[in-house]
Amino acid sequence: MRQIKSWLGLALAAGLVAAGLAPGGAVAADPLKIGFVYVSPVGDAGWTYQHDQGRLEMERALGAKVETSYVESVPEGADAERVIRKFASDGYQLIFTTSFGYMNPTVKVARQFPSVHFEHATGYKRAKNVSTYLARFYEGRYLTGIVAGKMTKSNKIGYVAAFPIPEVVRGINAFTRGLRSVNRKAEVRVVWTSSWYDPGKEREAAETLISQGADVITLHTDSTAPVQAAEDKGVWAIGYHSDMSKYGKRAHLTAATHHWGGYYTKVAEDAVAGKWASNNTWGGIKDGFVKLAPFGDAVPADVRQLVKAREAEIAAGALHPFAGPVRDQAGRIVVAEGQAMSDKDMLGMKFYVEGVVGKLPK
Amino acid sequence: MPELEQVVAILVSTVRAGTPLVFAALGELITEKSGVLNLGIEGMMLVGAVTGFIAMVLTGSPILAIAAAMAAGMLMALIFGVLTLTLFTNQVATGLALTIFGIGLSAFVGLAYVGTPIKGLQPVDIPALSELPIVGPLLFGYDPMIYGSLVMFGLVAWFLYRSHAGLILRAVGESHDAAHAIGYSVVKIRYLAVLFGGAMSGLAGAYLSLVYTPQWAENMTAGRGWIALALVVFATWRPARVLAGAYLFGGITILGLDLQARGIGFSSHLLATLPYLATVLVLVLMSRDAAKIRLNAPASLGRPFDPYR
Repeated sequence: MRQIKSWLGLALAAGLVAAGLAPGGAVAADPLKIGFVYVSPVGDAGWTYQHDQGRLEMERALGAKVETSYVESVPEGADAERVIRKFASDGYQLIFTTSFGYMNPTVKVARQFPSVHFEHATGYKRAKNVSTYLARFYEGRYLTGIVAGKMTKSNKIGYVAAFPIPEVVRGINAFTRGLRSVNRKAEVRVVWTSSWYDPGKEREAAETLISQGADVITLHTDSTAPVQAAEDKGVWAIGYHSDMSKYGKRAHLTAATHHWGGYYTKVAEDAVAGKWASNNTWGGIKDGFVKLAPFGDAVPADVRQLVKAREAEIAAGALHPFAGPVRDQAGRIVVAEGQAMSDKDMLGMKFYVEGVVGKLPK
Repeated sequence: MPELEQVVAILVSTVRAGTPLVFAALGELITEKSGVLNLGIEGMMLVGAVTGFIAMVLTGSPILAIAAAMAAGMLMALIFGVLTLTLFTNQVATGLALTIFGIGLSAFVGLAYVGTPIKGLQPVDIPALSELPIVGPLLFGYDPMIYGSLVMFGLVAWFLYRSHAGLILRAVGESHDAAHAIGYSVVKIRYLAVLFGGAMSGLAGAYLSLVYTPQWAENMTAGRGWIALALVVFATWRPARVLAGAYLFGGITILGLDLQARGIGFSSHLLATLPYLATVLVLVLMSRDAAKIRLNAPASLGRPFDPYR
């Protein structure tokens, strides 16, 4: 009896583990099979949600020509390699890996499957069958900065951010440049949560900034808690990744949102037509990678017009968020007048521009 | 006095940040005092959080939502109890499995509710008292669940050290053979302790999804269950130290955010590790007497007990 009991127990425990780990489904069919690897759950807003919206847009555009499936919440590292290899060996011909940490696994699996096309987001390692792609989110950040500069009364803007890596710092700086282009007195205060996703801590960070006088809150983390905090505390919020107006009906002014659908459709079409080639794409507002979410009711018409005008200038290449003179916090000129910061310098950005309060953690 | 108001704001945030840890750690304290180690707190919290949230959306009643969260936590704990106490599986492995199961189950159940807005539990408003300067926000400005957590703290401390039933529970945790020999039902008492732990984890989860950040998001506990577990050990199984540790952890987290918002140039990485370091350090210093630790640690912790052996 003892033994039966413990075997039964073991089986139940194993069942618990299996139920907890069951991945999202995969399907098989004739058309071009396209796989997506996501780092977090698809959810309702945020980084992965926008990639999944892109996948769906591609499916709608290409219909029966493609067949897509995805695996969500794949940890970066060995697990990612397993998932990517599974896609490749199951006959998927185009595989999108959508997190920086998938770079080495992607390149490694690509070497073993030379006839499969790989598309890695945010990385820098390419091969004959590996492309990379990224979006110029900073262009959207610059525009949302203008909105913040026009809406703030206290001239203090709170920025809840995850980690001080160039991608995030570039967003803070572009936002601050946009802010200061319309409001020389406004300042940005940054709180780092040291986590991409901790709704509780992100909310506390936002509330701390609000209690110190910030009247516009924006974020570079993966939850919507800072927007919700702004809504509850009666200040403004600017979203990121997705339109977050659902979490702050009154507070949400706009958001810098990501759009991958156009790119995914184009790449998949090329692959279907046999024209796919390894590339490095860094698309911005002009290419439809970055857009602003609809303005909240509180944003006055003249501000909307101003932002639309600046958006058109960026799309036309007439305005660069990091056009000189760009000064750092000490007032030193980093980019001289008449020049614009190079892509290489932007990708490695490791300083705060003038207008950000506090030191950048090293 | 803007500075004083800032300090009050930090203290109020501290209590809010510490409260989920207080709930979960008090529950685990009782469970461990009965001699059972349940590593499934994180999973029970998540299932409690999602159940409470769904109940709130469906019924609109905070009381029903909190009750549902407690029931869900207890159901999860019951699974753990059947596996470890009746079927004698390994407690560590089963607890880990319970956490993984809870993460997956809560994500699955909550899928349709991601992004559903609710109105969170509001602070109780005692007209004259909550408007008092300083004392008002500090003592009378919280939501009902925070007062509930303090009541639970009092009850747990009284139960463990001042009640007959608490004495029996501790005896079971110290030596289940001796407790069994004098006629106590070890398995039944452990079931009750495990269920209590589940209910408290459910409350901790409900606090997150109904009060702290009134929304449901996958994995929203973000590791708080593990911190609660560590608090119980570092507090050497003493209720008052569990409470102090939870607020200390919350307080240093908030202080770190506050310093950053002021633009003080600390390393954000260091500030992020500080709550862990400081809490462990303080609790270890408070309880550096090895003999006392042995006295407080339940001697039968994690050992299975079979009355028919």
